[in-house]
Amino acid sequence: MEDITSRIKEEFKSKVIKIDEKAPRRIYIDFNPQDIPDVAKFIFKDLGCRFAIASGMDTPQGIEIIYHFSHDHTGKLINVRTLIADKKKPEIMSIAPLIIGAEWIEREMWEMLGINFIGHPNLKRLLLADEWPQGKYPLRKEKT
Amino acid sequence: MSHKVIIPIGPYHPLQEEPEFFRLYTEGEKVTDIDIVIGYMHRGIEELSEHKHFDQVAFLVERICGICSSSHPYAYVLAIEDILGGEQNVVPQRALYIRTIIDELQRIHSHLLWLGLAGHFIGYNTVWMWAWKYREPVLDMFEMICGNRNHYGMSKIGGVRRDICDDDVPVLKKALDELKPALDMFKGAVMDDPVIQARLKGVGILNKSQAMEWCVVGPTARASGVNIDVRRDDPYGVFDRVRWNVIVEKEGDVFAKTVVRILEMYESVSVIQQCLDKMPKGEIDANIKDIPAGEGIGRVEAPRGECFHYVRSDGTNRPVRHKIRAPSYMNVASNKVAAVGQTISDTAITLAAVDPCYCCTERVAVIDKIKDKKVMNGWDLIKLSQQKTEDMKKAIGNRSQVIG
Repeated sequence: MEDITSRIKEEFKSKVIKIDEKAPRRIYIDFNPQDIPDVAKFIFKDLGCRFAIASGMDTPQGIEIIYHFSHDHTGKLINVRTLIADKKKPEIMSIAPLIIGAEWIEREMWEMLGINFIGHPNLKRLLLADEWPQGKYPLRKEKT
Repeated sequence: MSHKVIIPIGPYHPLQEEPEFFRLYTEGEKVTDIDIVIGYMHRGIEELSEHKHFDQVAFLVERICGICSSSHPYAYVLAIEDILGGEQNVVPQRALYIRTIIDELQRIHSHLLWLGLAGHFIGYNTVWMWAWKYREPVLDMFEMICGNRNHYGMSKIGGVRRDICDDDVPVLKKALDELKPALDMFKGAVMDDPVIQARLKGVGILNKSQAMEWCVVGPTARASGVNIDVRRDDPYGVFDRVRWNVIVEKEGDVFAKTVVRILEMYESVSVIQQCLDKMPKGEIDANIKDIPAGEGIGRVEAPRGECFHYVRSDGTNRPVRHKIRAPSYMNVASNKVAAVGQTISDTAITLAAVDPCYCCTERVAVIDKIKDKKVMNGWDLIKLSQQKTEDMKKAIGNRSQVIG
């Protein structure tokens, strides 16, 4: 079985910003936000990885999302990282139409961090109460 | 003449560990759609974790779940040890064995708990009582090792907090030996019973492609023919050093999920026995003081599936981000396909089959969508499920009399 990292490199060539193998089973690959749907599709459908979860976080540089894919045959975790620089109105294409298992986590990131997932089939609150004020995002670092 | 009816299930009930709310859309007897509402138990633990120092977080995440209370802290310390260079390089050997023992004991107690609930749902209250009876010695083993029946407080960055005394090892071995006949009894009672087979086979099917689409994990995935198990695929503890099998079934129905869980308990007993035999003497803690900047991922095969923790450190004594994904997060969502097309009387067991800490059907109310009035309460639904089993028992009983 050929190496997953080289297959991703081969497929996306210059779109790959950075590859970081922090441990034998922990690979972090950086992409631009606009490439995420294609990358997710390739890793999920062509490489047969399982979508484990995505971690959204507020960093000084912008809103960062890491999509964690698990390649269960080798036990490797492919972590696709992207940075949305616009913190005022962060937007990214949804991967939920491709990977139904990503529907909930995108809803969660939408309500917790205020990331708008374009094309999400059912973008509504998952965890927050209905009474929670609109436009307040609990996992944002800036305190208003 | 059928009419559309909405059945709300949940969210709160004292028997239920996690409040969640299911709204069943039904036509006649058939469930046509399901709406899942969660968030009643959202305690902001990811945010809280950013305000605790690294050592405290292990205690915090242990409180996420009272049943798999070893999986979350274990996955968390694995994530930190991932930053430090990997569990196998950091943690002393004896601690790896102790971690594995705790992890597997927890699987036995969790599966027995589920088996009892499942039995209750389909009207096999004897299975319920007996499963929980045999869960007690497992909890006693926990108490002997760590002083608590639940919330073990064992996980620590770089090791474990308590050692297993040499004097306790024979007692633990004896308790495990005594557990085996009980498992044999459950295996026979469930897998050879024609009524249970008729009741659970073909119910709540999640096929392999659906399981992969919904990214389900653990016994829910393995019962649908998806051969994944973190213990084998990304081994932690000493799972790569003991002999055990990953249990996979193909059918994807509630029966397959039951079989997977029952057979997994045998593997767990075997793993613990091997660990108790092989456990070397020595240190149990590496005394880690500082956590460098970096990011790490830890994952553990909890009784319900892969438990996932991502931690980022900036070199201070607190995490800057801690993402937690419990297995039920992926599994509960798949009820959308497993429960649709079922009859109302099969819904209780189908929703319970992913083991979402769910036991709330007593709060169910059947509401006529057109007239907006209650036509059935929760006890009716659980009775409906139990009645179906009774009817099957009679039908199967009569048939065997004719044959006999």
